[in-house]
Amino acid sequence: MKQLALLLALSFSMRVAADEMPTISWTWRAPGATSDPGKVEFERACSICHGAGPDRPGTSSLQIKYGGKLPALLEQRTDLTAEAVRFYIRNGIAMMPRFRKTELTDAQVDEIARYLSRKRPAAAR
Amino acid sequence: MAAAMRVPPGIAPTRFNQVLGQWREVVGADWVFTSDADLDTYRDSYSPLYGEPTERRAAAVVAPASVEQVCEVMRIAYAASVPMYPISTGKNLTYGGSAPAYSGSVILDLKRMNRIIEVSERNAFALVEPGVSYFDLYRHIRERGLKLWIDCPDPGWGSLIGNSLDHGAGYTNAPYRDHFEAHCGMEVVLADGELLRTGMGAMSNAKTWQQFRYGMGPMIDGIFSQSNFGVVTKMGFWLMPEPQCALYLQAEATRYEDGIPFIDTLAQLSYQDLIGSQTHVESPIVGYPVRPDLAALRADQTESRIPALNEYAQRNNLPFWTAPFSLYGPEDVIRAKLGHIRSSFEQIPGARVRELALLRFPLSDEQINAAPDKPRCGIPNLSYFASRFAPGAPLFEGHIDFSPIVPLDGRTVLEAQRIFDSVCREHQIEPLGGRMLMYHLRSAALIYAIPVGRDAEANRRARAGFSKLMEVAAQHGWGEYRIHPAFMDKGVSFYNYNNGALHRFHERLKDAIDPRGILSAGRYGIWPRHLRNPK
Repeated sequence: MKQLALLLALSFSMRVAADEMPTISWTWRAPGATSDPGKVEFERACSICHGAGPDRPGTSSLQIKYGGKLPALLEQRTDLTAEAVRFYIRNGIAMMPRFRKTELTDAQVDEIARYLSRKRPAAAR
Repeated sequence: MAAAMRVPPGIAPTRFNQVLGQWREVVGADWVFTSDADLDTYRDSYSPLYGEPTERRAAAVVAPASVEQVCEVMRIAYAASVPMYPISTGKNLTYGGSAPAYSGSVILDLKRMNRIIEVSERNAFALVEPGVSYFDLYRHIRERGLKLWIDCPDPGWGSLIGNSLDHGAGYTNAPYRDHFEAHCGMEVVLADGELLRTGMGAMSNAKTWQQFRYGMGPMIDGIFSQSNFGVVTKMGFWLMPEPQCALYLQAEATRYEDGIPFIDTLAQLSYQDLIGSQTHVESPIVGYPVRPDLAALRADQTESRIPALNEYAQRNNLPFWTAPFSLYGPEDVIRAKLGHIRSSFEQIPGARVRELALLRFPLSDEQINAAPDKPRCGIPNLSYFASRFAPGAPLFEGHIDFSPIVPLDGRTVLEAQRIFDSVCREHQIEPLGGRMLMYHLRSAALIYAIPVGRDAEANRRARAGFSKLMEVAAQHGWGEYRIHPAFMDKGVSFYNYNNGALHRFHERLKDAIDPRGILSAGRYGIWPRHLRNPK
């Protein structure tokens, strides 16, 4: 796979037009650059797996699991409940390990759960 | 109804309750965990014993936030002889994760100790606590615009300290990619709570703790790696100054038999420091996953298979062997090195070196996001796990890695690969990887990621195959460099020169440094006196 990544890199150029760049889903900007604490936590703790891009294992896994029937990007999902998000963070699934309270406190998990369930229709939340 | 409290073996429940109360006073009630739900988050998600009675489980967790708290927690544990098992970020998946080696231990979770104490751009080092991940240090450096690189393993969520102590490695130049080799100075809390610093840090007013390793007297840092002699609470690491450029390259050879001079050439170029980076040798023909149309040929162990394999590679326009590596520095220096490297490989008929990408630093955020093979330029990520998902492939839940060290010569590496391939086939295990890596400076590590998961029967088969691989390796004089706790006793049993003199020495150290045997019982086969035989 690493070889494949390198072969793909043949077409890599540092002069790609800005609009061809993949979305930056993992950032190192200081907290406070976005006002939504759930998004801050998601970007800090989750987006390296669940952000956009070919090398995000969570996104790759969900792409295969859903085959396009649901968005592979968690931030685009409209069906996630806060309870389900909390469950998967603490219990893991497939290759995703469990996350401990020393890694993500209950308050941080709640923020992520609220953020990822924000698009679910209010009546169904 | 509340579930019954778990209690470490040999400790009276009332005494353990007292200890928990004392710990709560030290770290706060929120940072002592005893509920099943909390303790479940400490299970090793990639345990080959998952769900079985022998799975290693914790009795409780205490999570201090400072070295002072670690000292106090350990004093309390020592007084009550409570078995403790320190973890840093708990992400040493494949090699044990956040679970103890000895069931019933209390996890000393150091993730909250996440301070980056110092990063010196002038002298290119960092001093960090155990909870600092590669992501954390990378962000710290990036936010400040420091002209420094980190060297990270494939997954970037692990701890610098934890990875280094387990002899982990990365991708950039030596010595940075051998993470223990790149350390300079430690702070350690002993089992009884005493605090010490190694190297120059032993001076109370040390000014060169991260610049001179040896200090004065015996250098003891090594005994705190892959062991259970202390809790490492700080470590210094040398960092690579950001180079002007990185040139990603790939050497290729066309026939099976070329693998021998191909590997030998890589080794010589590394010994001469013309190739400073990590490199690994893979094969689309004899690597993994096994191509379905090659399965029968791969099973043929006679020499007659080789012309057919060569013919397959040629017909499908595939290189037989590939080895990615990278050169760092000013472009004119890189180009001069590349000339020598090319002429060396071109001694092998049909071999070549291809340029994959030239990166100039510093990179913008967009360029970082688009950079290929990120660990090669010190950018932490988790893309390693993304390669575990493929359409139609079985669900990949986890893996344990068989990681023997073999001599860095082409003939031996090819023979070892053929032998291990045969064992995997006999045991119906389909590993990922199987590539030869030059992680460490003078040896080859062959790493086979053997799938494990929630299926007990598949796990049993994986364990049987893993055991057999270890035995076959040992028969040839090859030992593992790192191993899952389920196999630590067996792994160290092969390091048995002179009736196991080294292991017996480790036990003598254990008895002297941790006489009550409370720290990380069983880690790398070192058991406290009261738990030796039977195990």
